[in-house]
Amino acid sequence: MEKKLVLVHIDDRPYQVEAGQTIMQAADKLGYHIPRLCYHPKISIEGACRVCIVEVEGMKNFVASCAFPIADGMKIRTHTKELRTARRDIVELILDNHPEDCHTCERDGICELQRLAYAMGLRHRHFEGEKKDYEKDLSSTAVIRDPNKCILCGRCVRICSEVQKVNALGHAYRGFKTVVMPAYDMPFKDSVCTTCGQCINVCPTAAFVEKNYTQELFEKLQDKKFVKIAQIAPSVRAAIGEAFGFPPGRAMHLETVACLKRLGFDYVFDTQLTADLTIMEEASEFLERLGGKGKLPMITSCSSAWMKYMEQFCPDLIENISTCKSPMSMMGALLKSYFAQKIKKNPTDILSVAVMCCTAKKYEAARPELEIDSLRAVDIVVTTREIAWMIKSAGIDFVNIKGEQFDEPLGISSGAGAIFGATGGVMEAAIRTAYELYTGETLMDIELNDLRGLSGIKEGKINIDGKEIRVAVAHGLGNASELLSIIRKDPDRFHFIEIMGCPGGCIGGGGQPYAGSNSIPLDEECLRKRAQALYDIDRGKTIRRSHENPDVQKIYKEFLGRPLGALSHKYLHTHYKPKEPRGIIPEEIKAR
Amino acid sequence: MEMIDNKKIGILKDHIKSFSNKPHPESNLIAILHKAQELFGYLDKDVMNEIALFMNIPRAHIWGVATFYHFFRLKPQGKHSISICLGTACYVKGASEILDMIKSELKIDIGETTQDGLFTLIETRCLGACGLAPVIMIDEKIYGNITPKKAIEILKTFKK
Amino acid sequence: MIRYVITLCDGPSCMQKKSKELQEIIEKQLDNLGVRQKVQINLSGCLGMCAKGPVMVINPGYTIYGNISEKDVPEIIESHIVKKKPLAKFIVDQDHLFNRFYRVFGDVNFFGKQMRIVLRNCGIIDPENINDYLSVRGYEALAKVLTDMSPKDIIAEIKKSGLRGRGGAGFPTGFKWELAASEESLEKYIICNADEGDPGAFMDRSTIEGDPHTVIEGMIIGAYAVGAKKGIIYIRAEYPLAIKRLEKAINDARQHKFLGDDILGTKFCFDIEIRLGAGAFVCGEETALIHSIEGSRGMPRPRPPFPSVSGLFDKPTVINNVETLANIPVIILDGAKWFSSIGTEKSKGTKVFALAGKINNTGLVEVPMGTTLRQIIYDIGGGIPNNKKFKAVQTGGPSGGCLPEIYLDTKIDYESLLAAGSIMGSGGMIVIDEDSCMVNIARFFLEFTQNESCGKCTPCREGTKRMFEILTRITQGKGKEGDIEKLERLGNMIKKSSLCGLGQSAPNPVLSTIKNFREEYIEHINYKKCRAGQCQGLFNFEINEKCIGCGVCKKVCPNQAIFASPKSKYQIIQDKCIKCGLCFKVCKFNAINKILKEVNLWKRN
Repeated sequence: MEKKLVLVHIDDRPYQVEAGQTIMQAADKLGYHIPRLCYHPKISIEGACRVCIVEVEGMKNFVASCAFPIADGMKIRTHTKELRTARRDIVELILDNHPEDCHTCERDGICELQRLAYAMGLRHRHFEGEKKDYEKDLSSTAVIRDPNKCILCGRCVRICSEVQKVNALGHAYRGFKTVVMPAYDMPFKDSVCTTCGQCINVCPTAAFVEKNYTQELFEKLQDKKFVKIAQIAPSVRAAIGEAFGFPPGRAMHLETVACLKRLGFDYVFDTQLTADLTIMEEASEFLERLGGKGKLPMITSCSSAWMKYMEQFCPDLIENISTCKSPMSMMGALLKSYFAQKIKKNPTDILSVAVMCCTAKKYEAARPELEIDSLRAVDIVVTTREIAWMIKSAGIDFVNIKGEQFDEPLGISSGAGAIFGATGGVMEAAIRTAYELYTGETLMDIELNDLRGLSGIKEGKINIDGKEIRVAVAHGLGNASELLSIIRKDPDRFHFIEIMGCPGGCIGGGGQPYAGSNSIPLDEECLRKRAQALYDIDRGKTIRRSHENPDVQKIYKEFLGRPLGALSHKYLHTHYKPKEPRGIIPEEIKAR
Repeated sequence: MEMIDNKKIGILKDHIKSFSNKPHPESNLIAILHKAQELFGYLDKDVMNEIALFMNIPRAHIWGVATFYHFFRLKPQGKHSISICLGTACYVKGASEILDMIKSELKIDIGETTQDGLFTLIETRCLGACGLAPVIMIDEKIYGNITPKKAIEILKTFKK
Repeated sequence: MIRYVITLCDGPSCMQKKSKELQEIIEKQLDNLGVRQKVQINLSGCLGMCAKGPVMVINPGYTIYGNISEKDVPEIIESHIVKKKPLAKFIVDQDHLFNRFYRVFGDVNFFGKQMRIVLRNCGIIDPENINDYLSVRGYEALAKVLTDMSPKDIIAEIKKSGLRGRGGAGFPTGFKWELAASEESLEKYIICNADEGDPGAFMDRSTIEGDPHTVIEGMIIGAYAVGAKKGIIYIRAEYPLAIKRLEKAINDARQHKFLGDDILGTKFCFDIEIRLGAGAFVCGEETALIHSIEGSRGMPRPRPPFPSVSGLFDKPTVINNVETLANIPVIILDGAKWFSSIGTEKSKGTKVFALAGKINNTGLVEVPMGTTLRQIIYDIGGGIPNNKKFKAVQTGGPSGGCLPEIYLDTKIDYESLLAAGSIMGSGGMIVIDEDSCMVNIARFFLEFTQNESCGKCTPCREGTKRMFEILTRITQGKGKEGDIEKLERLGNMIKKSSLCGLGQSAPNPVLSTIKNFREEYIEHINYKKCRAGQCQGLFNFEINEKCIGCGVCKKVCPNQAIFASPKSKYQIIQDKCIKCGLCFKVCKFNAINKILKEVNLWKRN
């Protein structure tokens, strides 16, 4: 249907625009980037910060352009003197109640508030007064909350309730005393928070940041006692360049490897290899369940935030969850067993570091049930952001560095391992292998486009030896909970389900670089480009199926035996149990 | 932590159930928090937890509501609650002096409870008794035309 | 046979003055005199004469006795009922309140200073008895609309009447109904906003306590007009009596088939539910109120969409104030033409005000639109007590402004008050005399709005805080040059940029006092002087040579700030003095001076 056009004037220039948009949407397309703060395209309109106000002729007051619909004949002004002063004063009011510690702040230089204050021309202050003074919540293993830096835009609350449907956060109290906090102001670690880190992604300031392990890592990297080993997750390579000014969508694993070596790592391995290993185990497990041994549909278990969510919010599905550990934990387990033996080192002398796109991996690494012989499989998890900072801090020239290859014997990966980082990738990889394991024939048409892209729930069908296998993929915990309610009603609808905790999959993880000055966090275009980088890696590889990975074959031959064998169970599989506090998925109530 | 009173929880749950067959049962949260406060004297964390699970409303939402509305108390209350009206009529007639006096007499601030657990001091909006301004309300009873001195005398009658 | 009806006011003021206890004494006396069976005793809602409480009315004849105590009652009863001679010394001078009582529909005195439409039954009928309401043509308007009028007719009639919302903003009620009626939806809601929040306003409470059925009838008519099947009355939890009466009234109305399925035998179905607020002024804002009814924090949201399109549970919703709804039955019965003959060109009908502050006749008044402030304050309100000088009148509560003497002849209507720099508001009217400091008043209102700000939008949350800090500084004698300009800059920005009505009007008390009393601000800032002697940072108490050493001041001092020096003269320890002024009030020898600090900045340099 053709869209109706209306005539609007913006700053005295006439434009024909599509009806039914907000002023901001229309202005964006016409090249007017009205300043904004609480607005985020993924979540509901709050209209709270009042930075995006504009003047509309005939209206007594300014209106929030993010919320106000355009109308035919509307005359809009975006930067009159009075508007500029009002916006400037509004941003100053935010700053007046914000710690002035930019130089020592995690987000110095990449802070939306800082940028906004600069853009508004805030060069001196008028209205200083009392500032809030609350304690930082350092309790969580992954996400730190600093209410003093919070400017109450509410993006975190909305992403947590609307996109992730976790509802760990809410506004509490009111007026000047309003604070965003977990229920009862309880320590974050005791709340329902899944540590997915999306609050960090959307926070314009440093009110939410990951628990930072960079100093500890810097120190340990100097410690001669350890063999220092890093692993790099698939999605890290697709995004790390953005932290150094590269446009999204450029895979930069070789540069990252080179930098990590210069930081002091003895070995840099590829998590994509254990992704392949995961596929071996998971595909085998799936075929076993398909054969009647175990519950269907089987649901993937790679995403740490999803695992915590499942244990708290839907423990009824525990039996449906694959027992496979995540690729990170598999790699950690191999490092402290297989590889330690190989290099004839005591596992206690191995420093196992994971460079991840994810904050929840910090939580996962600390799970006691993932320990190998009472040792943590992964000692330190740093995010893409943290490692980028470390590289900068150590003065290593990421931009111009000559790339280096991953180390052997845990450095070769298939294209299937690479696409793990994008939503639908695990399913695609698993099908490539399961098909062959089951039929003995090679699946030729391996790019499963139904499972790619950013729609919330994707479904697909594949014919394996005459049997129709129905699969579904969900990314983001909100979509996940929707998909789960579908299968609760209709348990036979799907055989195999992939769930990733973050929007877009790991590429949209809570540990990825902050959005640059001209982009928005979790921008779909950016996510698409990051995913494309991974699909390009896949396409560029000659080995595109996990079971064809020679390193994987070697590990089975030398160490594990066979998929789902006794050693596999010891090192690569785990179990889950219901956790408190029990999560609540509301039916109707909206976060406000 | 004290054990929560199961009998009272039962009454509360019955109250919640009375809404469950009506449309939008969650929208009655405020009424249920009123009931909880009536039963327990204040909104205890454990009670809010029970409500959250029973009504399927996220804890953070309930906490947000409980802290938003001034009527809800989050701490145990004193035996008597002194509500001091700070409506305009009372203010113009000197309510703030009375407030200062009560604060210094009881050595508590607004929202706090005296150490002996006898009084909780609450500020309130207009009690609708402007004709008697300034007024204070102790428990359910309104005292009008109060002076700082009178206020102290009234408090003394409760201390005996 | 009942020959007399005695009505006792049990509004909050009278109740505190023991009106209930009087009932027993009256009954006892009636028994003693053997006339018990001749007399019926009713309790009624607030009569509006709070300053004269407790108040008792004996009918027929509508004789009002005020300021009565237990010992007076037997005498009054005997004289009035047995000797048939009203006892003149307790009869209240009724001229200012009740002589133009609008008691029988159609019998209106246009020239009176008060005219009661909304409060027509308050103090006359027993609010807990539906038959009383029926006897004053109650639910007749409902019967009329259900049998003779289509929803369109009703809306046309209300539009023609010129009725505008009495909650503050004055949006035309008929138009509001029309918007909601034009939405196609099976589910629609009508909400009565009884979350009266202005400090110093109790019109809605009195209306509901005195005549709950008229609000209910107004709501049913509104529901029929817009096509709503469900109504909600959102009322403050702090009003237990009003809630109780509403509950009873709703039940009685159900039993009489005014509510429920097939109302009065027609196909129209509608029912009302009560929802309690929990102490949040911002819930007077329509979208915040909706969120509160939905069980959420009462935070407003940007509009559009307006509630008439997407309101409660995202369905079309009409929200009317108590007073607005109470007007509806009258308009239907007596016609839009009659109603629109009352008031001014753009503001029709009457407005109820809660008159309080420094005024002789505190209480509820209902006047036709167009009455002047002077008429209300001096003719009805009886002027300022203790021969003090009038300084300002504050209307519109925390959203309104303070008008000085030159505006006393302003007519009460939406536009005139706005032009003068205040607003109609929901009906709080506080009279301020020379003893009050205008900076301090502005600070008081801002403290209120700042406490009640929901915290959602930046200008209101952070801006009112800063304004409050500046005002506090000024009242403490720490004002700086440029503070007035900062207040104006912030105030204007907050007005134009805030999300909801609360923020958009929060600076009004400050801006209007700066406009009308700028000199007081300048005095505070430049000369550290508070002419009203109210700002505690700007005066001291000192004991002068007239002290005879009686020690009364020491006794009353709540903070032991007064001590006697050996030479018998008492002294005040300034550090301990909390400036409550008690000593000043009790000293019979004029031995205590209130010394205003006045600093001449030029000299100091």
